[in-house]
Amino acid sequence: MDVSYVAHLARLALSQDEITRFQSQLSGVLEHVGQMQKLDVEGIEPTAHASPVYNVFREDVELPSLPVEDALKNAPQQANNLIIMPKIVE
Amino acid sequence: MELFFETLTGLREKLATKKVSPTEVLDALKKRVEAVEPSIRAFNHIDWETARAEAAALTPEDLAKPLGGVPVAIKDVMAVKGQPLTCSSRILKGFVSPYDACVIEKLRAAGAIPLGRANMDEFAMGSSTENSADGPTHNPWDTGRIPGGSSGGSAACVSADEAIVALGSDTGGSIRQPAALCGCVGLKPTYGRVSRYGLVAFASSLDQIGPLSKTVEDSARILQVIAGHDARDNTSAAEPVPDYLSGLNQGVKGLKLGVPKEYFIHGIDPEVEKIIRDAIQHLSDLGAEIVDISLPHTNYALASYYIVAPAEASANLARFDGVRYGARVKDGKDVIDTYCRTREKGFGSEVKRRIILGTYVLSSGYYDAYYLRAQKVRTLIRRDFSEAFGKCDAILTPTTPTPAFKIGEKTEDPMQMYLADVFTIAVNMAGICGLSLPCGFAAQGKHGRLPVGLQIIGKAFDEATLLRVGQAYEQSTEWRKERPACA
Repeated sequence: MDVSYVAHLARLALSQDEITRFQSQLSGVLEHVGQMQKLDVEGIEPTAHASPVYNVFREDVELPSLPVEDALKNAPQQANNLIIMPKIVE
Repeated sequence: MELFFETLTGLREKLATKKVSPTEVLDALKKRVEAVEPSIRAFNHIDWETARAEAAALTPEDLAKPLGGVPVAIKDVMAVKGQPLTCSSRILKGFVSPYDACVIEKLRAAGAIPLGRANMDEFAMGSSTENSADGPTHNPWDTGRIPGGSSGGSAACVSADEAIVALGSDTGGSIRQPAALCGCVGLKPTYGRVSRYGLVAFASSLDQIGPLSKTVEDSARILQVIAGHDARDNTSAAEPVPDYLSGLNQGVKGLKLGVPKEYFIHGIDPEVEKIIRDAIQHLSDLGAEIVDISLPHTNYALASYYIVAPAEASANLARFDGVRYGARVKDGKDVIDTYCRTREKGFGSEVKRRIILGTYVLSSGYYDAYYLRAQKVRTLIRRDFSEAFGKCDAILTPTTPTPAFKIGEKTEDPMQMYLADVFTIAVNMAGICGLSLPCGFAAQGKHGRLPVGLQIIGKAFDEATLLRVGQAYEQSTEWRKERPACA
């Protein structure tokens, strides 16, 4: 595994020390999970969820929800009921 | 007896008959917390003032409710309106919950008072509560050892009598494992039994909220209140909630209890094995029929879990990017740099490792070999259990392979840390329920006494049988009366 490449896919910056450490630690983990390759899973259906999952529908009506002020209370930077972010498109 | 030593059941009796008031209970707990918290460090935060105000506002009608006046410690991963919610992570420093989780609404409706934010492994990832931005919690039976995790704060505060009862969450053993290592009762309900609304998601197909308590009956009382369907969690089950107290004292005569041979092999501490064998014999003496069973894919549960859980976590934790809430680095060069460095600064090592592992196993070229294969193994694990439950009503195993280990012992070796959950993980993968309760002590640790937990595994939505077996064992032994060194 190329740790720094995968970390970038996950939008995670790492220090050089972390890259070295995680590289060896995650190799150990991958080696262990590699045990699974010994199992014959031919024809076995995958289980994505422990219980049957199905769509849950409700009437398309407006329900009470969190007021804007409350929803924004934890935003690191905000103004005029909007969250402020660094510019995305120049 | 000091009030903080009370069980939930005992305290309710005193509150209902007005022998004590809810504020007296809070005063007693405060005294206890001040005395032992410096050496245990089970809480990230406690708002005594708000709790006192809530206690004072309880009406006589409230005090007649099932949990009227009972303070409940809450793992720092569930939302309590107006209280901090950090998941023991730097990235959520300063976050204040804008609403109550479903379980908190239900606790309040039953008259309870949420009290304190219990420490945990960051985002519930860990088995020792060492992965906390607030520092580790210490095991009340030996403060040089870990309390287990990730609900280590919840287990330690109950065990040290800093709380009457607590809520935790369990994704791969995070309620049962710390309960076992701290010598208290911990129940992971069936997936879907309790609403996850307001629980910060780690691995959505595995997470479940449950109680940690001093007795089996106390866990039954909490489950009674928090169980049930909730329209805000699409995976919460519409199954009816039975009366968990009425069948509690039925005993184990006529029950078939399975013992899987795969849980008694390599890596298990000989003292733990002996204690579990004795507990099984005790249940046999009480009239249960013990049957040998096999769960042939047990060995693969840990491997498949460490694909599925990090995969789901990497997706769930994408939301912590410094945009809508939490800490954000101020000097990002552009938006991507802001995301990357906010997450670098905000997350601890274990969370980073799991995000990387999860991203890797979901990435193009590796998906089939890892993630899809792990989901197929999950099917085999589920089948193992459904076949086993054709032969028995519940399954008995050790909760953990060893008693509590030393602080710092496994922090640099993630694989060794993961193995602490080897006996609890399959239950989450199958979506069924499990209970851990104290069943003896290993002659290890600073004081020569470290708790050992017996795990009882049940069919989906059959928590009643777990509680019944647990009650029969607990009430015919004396373990529940043991108190840790800090008491």
